[in-house]
Amino acid sequence: MNEKQFISIKVNGKDVVLPAIPSEMLSDLLRYRLGLTGTKIGCNEAECGACTVIVDGSPVLSCTYPAVKADGRVITTIEGLAAPGRKPDLQILHPLQQAFVLYGAVQCGFCIPGQIMTAYALLEKNPSASEDEIRYALKDTLCRCGGYTAIIQAIQAAGRAIQSGKPVEPPAVIESKQPHRVVGRTQLRPDAISKVTGLAKYTDDLAFEGMLHARVKRAGVPAGILKSLNVSRARELPGVHAVLTADDLPAARTHGLVISDWPILIGIGEQIRTVGDAVAIVAADTRQTATQALEFIEMHIEPLSAVADPIQAFQPDAPKVHSQGNLLKHIKVRKGDVEQGFRDAEVILEQTYRTPMHDHAFIEPECSIARPTEDGRMEIYVGSQIPYSDRNQVARALGVPENKVRIIGMPIGGGFGGKEDIAGQIHAALLAQKTGRPVKLLFDRHESLLVHPKRHATQIRVRLGARRDGSLTAVETELFGDTGAYASLGEKVMTRATTHSSGPYEVPNVKADCYAMYTNNPPAGAFRGFGVFQSAFAIESAMDSLAEKLNIDPIQLRRKNALRVGSVTNTGQVLRESVGLLECIEKVENELKRQAGEEPFRSRVHPELPHLRLAWGFAVAYKNTGLGGGAPDKAGAEVELRPDGKFEVRTSSAELGQGLPTVLRMIAAEELNQSAELVDVLLSDTDLTPDGGPTTASRQTYVTGNAVRYASAALKEMLTVHLAEYFDVAPEYITFIEGLAQVNEERIPLSEVYDIIHKVKGKPMVSYTYWAPKTKPLGEGGDMHFAFSFAAQAAEVEVNTKTGEVRVLQVITANDVGYAINPLGLQGQVEGGVVMGVGHALTEAFITDQGKVITDRLAKYRMPSIMHTPKITSFVVEHPTAEGPYGGKGVGEIVIIPTAPAITNAIYNAVGVRVTELPVDQEWLVKQIRLKEYQLQPLGVR
Amino acid sequence: MIWKEYLFPTTIQDALEALRKVPGRTLPIAGGTDLLLEIQQGQHPPVDILVDLTHIPELTQLKLQEGYLLIGAALPVGQIAESPLVRRYATALAEACGLIGGPQVRNTATLGGNVAHALPAADGMIALLALGAEAIVASLEGTCPLPLLELFRGPGISALDLSREIITHFRIPIVAQQSASAFSRVMRPQGVALPIINMAAWLRRQGNKIEEIRIAAGPAGPTPRRADKIEEALRGKSPLDPKVLAQCKALLPECFFFRTSTMRASAEYRYHLSEILLEEVLFTAWQRAEEKLRNE
Repeated sequence: MNEKQFISIKVNGKDVVLPAIPSEMLSDLLRYRLGLTGTKIGCNEAECGACTVIVDGSPVLSCTYPAVKADGRVITTIEGLAAPGRKPDLQILHPLQQAFVLYGAVQCGFCIPGQIMTAYALLEKNPSASEDEIRYALKDTLCRCGGYTAIIQAIQAAGRAIQSGKPVEPPAVIESKQPHRVVGRTQLRPDAISKVTGLAKYTDDLAFEGMLHARVKRAGVPAGILKSLNVSRARELPGVHAVLTADDLPAARTHGLVISDWPILIGIGEQIRTVGDAVAIVAADTRQTATQALEFIEMHIEPLSAVADPIQAFQPDAPKVHSQGNLLKHIKVRKGDVEQGFRDAEVILEQTYRTPMHDHAFIEPECSIARPTEDGRMEIYVGSQIPYSDRNQVARALGVPENKVRIIGMPIGGGFGGKEDIAGQIHAALLAQKTGRPVKLLFDRHESLLVHPKRHATQIRVRLGARRDGSLTAVETELFGDTGAYASLGEKVMTRATTHSSGPYEVPNVKADCYAMYTNNPPAGAFRGFGVFQSAFAIESAMDSLAEKLNIDPIQLRRKNALRVGSVTNTGQVLRESVGLLECIEKVENELKRQAGEEPFRSRVHPELPHLRLAWGFAVAYKNTGLGGGAPDKAGAEVELRPDGKFEVRTSSAELGQGLPTVLRMIAAEELNQSAELVDVLLSDTDLTPDGGPTTASRQTYVTGNAVRYASAALKEMLTVHLAEYFDVAPEYITFIEGLAQVNEERIPLSEVYDIIHKVKGKPMVSYTYWAPKTKPLGEGGDMHFAFSFAAQAAEVEVNTKTGEVRVLQVITANDVGYAINPLGLQGQVEGGVVMGVGHALTEAFITDQGKVITDRLAKYRMPSIMHTPKITSFVVEHPTAEGPYGGKGVGEIVIIPTAPAITNAIYNAVGVRVTELPVDQEWLVKQIRLKEYQLQPLGVR
Repeated sequence: MIWKEYLFPTTIQDALEALRKVPGRTLPIAGGTDLLLEIQQGQHPPVDILVDLTHIPELTQLKLQEGYLLIGAALPVGQIAESPLVRRYATALAEACGLIGGPQVRNTATLGGNVAHALPAADGMIALLALGAEAIVASLEGTCPLPLLELFRGPGISALDLSREIITHFRIPIVAQQSASAFSRVMRPQGVALPIINMAAWLRRQGNKIEEIRIAAGPAGPTPRRADKIEEALRGKSPLDPKVLAQCKALLPECFFFRTSTMRASAEYRYHLSEILLEEVLFTAWQRAEEKLRNE
């Protein structure tokens, strides 16, 4: 019996014969030898399902399926589903692909090929699959955007279409209460078709002639001094083109978003502060050779004792993570006289809460490609949330002016704040500079988990004072935040945690102190919710405890203290408009009572299984839109009429799956009186698109949205003026309708308008920089933020009193987003936020032990799956903010914030156990339940 | 490098010969869902040659024969979970196989791998144990049936000599009348998707008494084990009798050695859960046996 020399397969109907390569997996064969890059690699460890393809009718994980095993078999990939055609449109798509587009099941898109292929295998066998059957089939096909609700609906709609032979029925989407011509109405994503067909190219899907592959040698220990480093054996390995160490750095030695404290490479004698610290970088012909070269690098690290958590870091005798000490920032909020507030209180309670680090676990791992160009510049292809910051940091590292670096933004397979910092951009660029060749640096999942900044772990002590009638008299909070080894956005995140730590309530007396501490854990930085997730868990848990102590309905207690128009926040900001919290509370309360009656918070016994207890829980939240705190917040955008008569919007703002291009094209179309299809959006190319600022802080719809709105209006005016002059008519006789300008009675195609204006004026283009309203730094009073979003949620849980297992059955959510510009995209954000919130409450914890990462594989960091997805009922509340586009404000973060405390409050209501630490530990929970049962028993029985 | 050569023997004889190729660096592989990752992640000594067993007909069989249900060791567990034969005659195994991994993993993972990996809490293996399955092990010297428990040396250490032995299939004795089985487990929502405890029971009823019974649980020691003392206590009794049930629960610590694993579960919690699972699998199997009788 001989080894197979050739692999003969039928892929998407085509026969292919290829030589067998040792150790090759089917995913590699498909992606790198056949160019079928629609099949994605999310984890490369058989956990995420993104690589799912169909082999002889069965879905398998191609990342761990030896390519030789496919010999003689029939394989279908995402590229094989749609009918052949040069440019796919909705008509030639498979019903599943159509349905995913129509139902808004596509967000970042990276998991979508896996979702569709898994669903395809199911529907081939069972087109009338029930919701339970869909959940069972998609159990291990993960979507970090959390689009499971839409995915289920899409699969069912596709199943119906397959059975009936009719087109896929579109969903009923909740649109804005006051829809305009374009904004406020259902609009499909412009990138959806490329994402459901596998044609969308993410960074790792690109290849360049002569491209080298990079790997990074990492310290592997959390604290120490690099004593020696020998890379000569690695340099000699055939196929290796460059091995660089700190000695080879041409310019800057560190990077960082706010404080440049993160070493690009650790030099001899320098301090190692986290396991992911880079010691050397390698570029080789193949990834395999580069990986092998890492093993040939010899280093000696003198270990130091690690600072494991922020409390330890705060102790005076703690080892110093940075020479200036472990305190990154002491953040203070003061309002009124908190001592007096507690003297005024009739009830005081105090509790300490803890939240763990979380990983963004975007399904697409970080990837950068650096390519030196013939004219001496450096191009970086990367999915980045802040392209202009990447340009600046790469240029500083290379020692070249910024205009010698071009960042070309690629589609991003999920970000959530985790793609704001430098990952591989600088390392790839250094190696490309050295070798003169394109260099790809792709993180594997292990590396992704070790390196990129996490959500801050926190310890938050809350002390509440209130009158018997429920009015809050004082809130005092003390927060410790673990910012890990480097600053990243730690100060900003913990500032947001602190200013939001007394909740969306008007409290006369507030004192908050936060200590953002360096430790030897992986750095912590931006993550959806930006510190407010953590402080909301604390304050919303405390509010329920207070309600119980006061014997007041928890909804009533919140309503009584809720921020409303005219309220003064704890930073001294007077809220003049757009405070929809009371309406959010009302919407959720009404639905809750409709479903669960007048006593939703009462514990119920499951009618058939008496060991199951059910109850609802409630929580509210608020979250700023925009950078705030005095930071200049601006975005640039260009809008141009092109020769083909279509418009193009350009800005460097990132699409992470949230739907920004949809929003921007809708806004431009609204202003220009065109349909959205006549507007293309180009994002994130620093040569071609002006700076839209970071895609963070729920700010893009507001800030860049406004830039596009004003640029579009200005372009329309410019076109009008020129046409008026050209045709010698008054401007009021010129209007724009679909694809045309109307001058008096004459209709002129926009392509002709282009020609007319191009001759006299050059490009019909307007560039606009929008400056958001000025904000004040913390401590100065006044407007710290230019807008806030608000939310209320109720969650129903089922607690198994025997095992401690918790399921979230339902979530009702209401979000005040100002104005629902893009309802379908909004729905995806809302549902995805709930799913991520469920994950943070029940499944997720990024665990370290003395700085060493325990959760270093995706198998160990469990994100919520379709099985964890509750039934979600969503209400959109629209309290417009005057300056926002059509009244709109941020939505990306508010949607996740109340979920965890709503769940833990529900657990308390069900079984009487107060969860003070996330995620819920079922073993701890069952112990507490038994303890409680024991205490409740009459003495004689004891 | 995960492998240098990947071979597809189509007979047991060829497979056994292939295994002798590079001593110490040749391994049999079926689904490879665990093995390939372990090699890739450096948790397994390097391997040169992988001998794929999935093209050997005996290893993918699934049939009734002479009072036994035969299940090929290289048959994907997804097919086992969905097989009407397995559902009928080895319900616990169908349940266990339906819970292994996700659907994609189940399309490649195999029962042979589940057993040969020798993890003390493999779902399929625990079900096989309760069903009284034997493994048919082939070597160049011949073929012999081995009781499942004899295949385990320690956690992750199989008694099989993988350089010269392969499991070809499992055989489960079919006792049609009044017998039934059940499997259940408890997972932890955080961390690795392995059960913190699983349990399976098979029993045969004689009216309102248990005539024969087998109970297995994992991870209940370095190697899987049966609950001999509980089985003994249940013979001739009804599990519905609260006294009997209490006695059985009290015997759990004598049958199983649950330990504390950091960040997963304490021994105390596992003992607590074992009482719940014991009740659950006993009642379910008892109930199923009655339904079977009614339907037959």
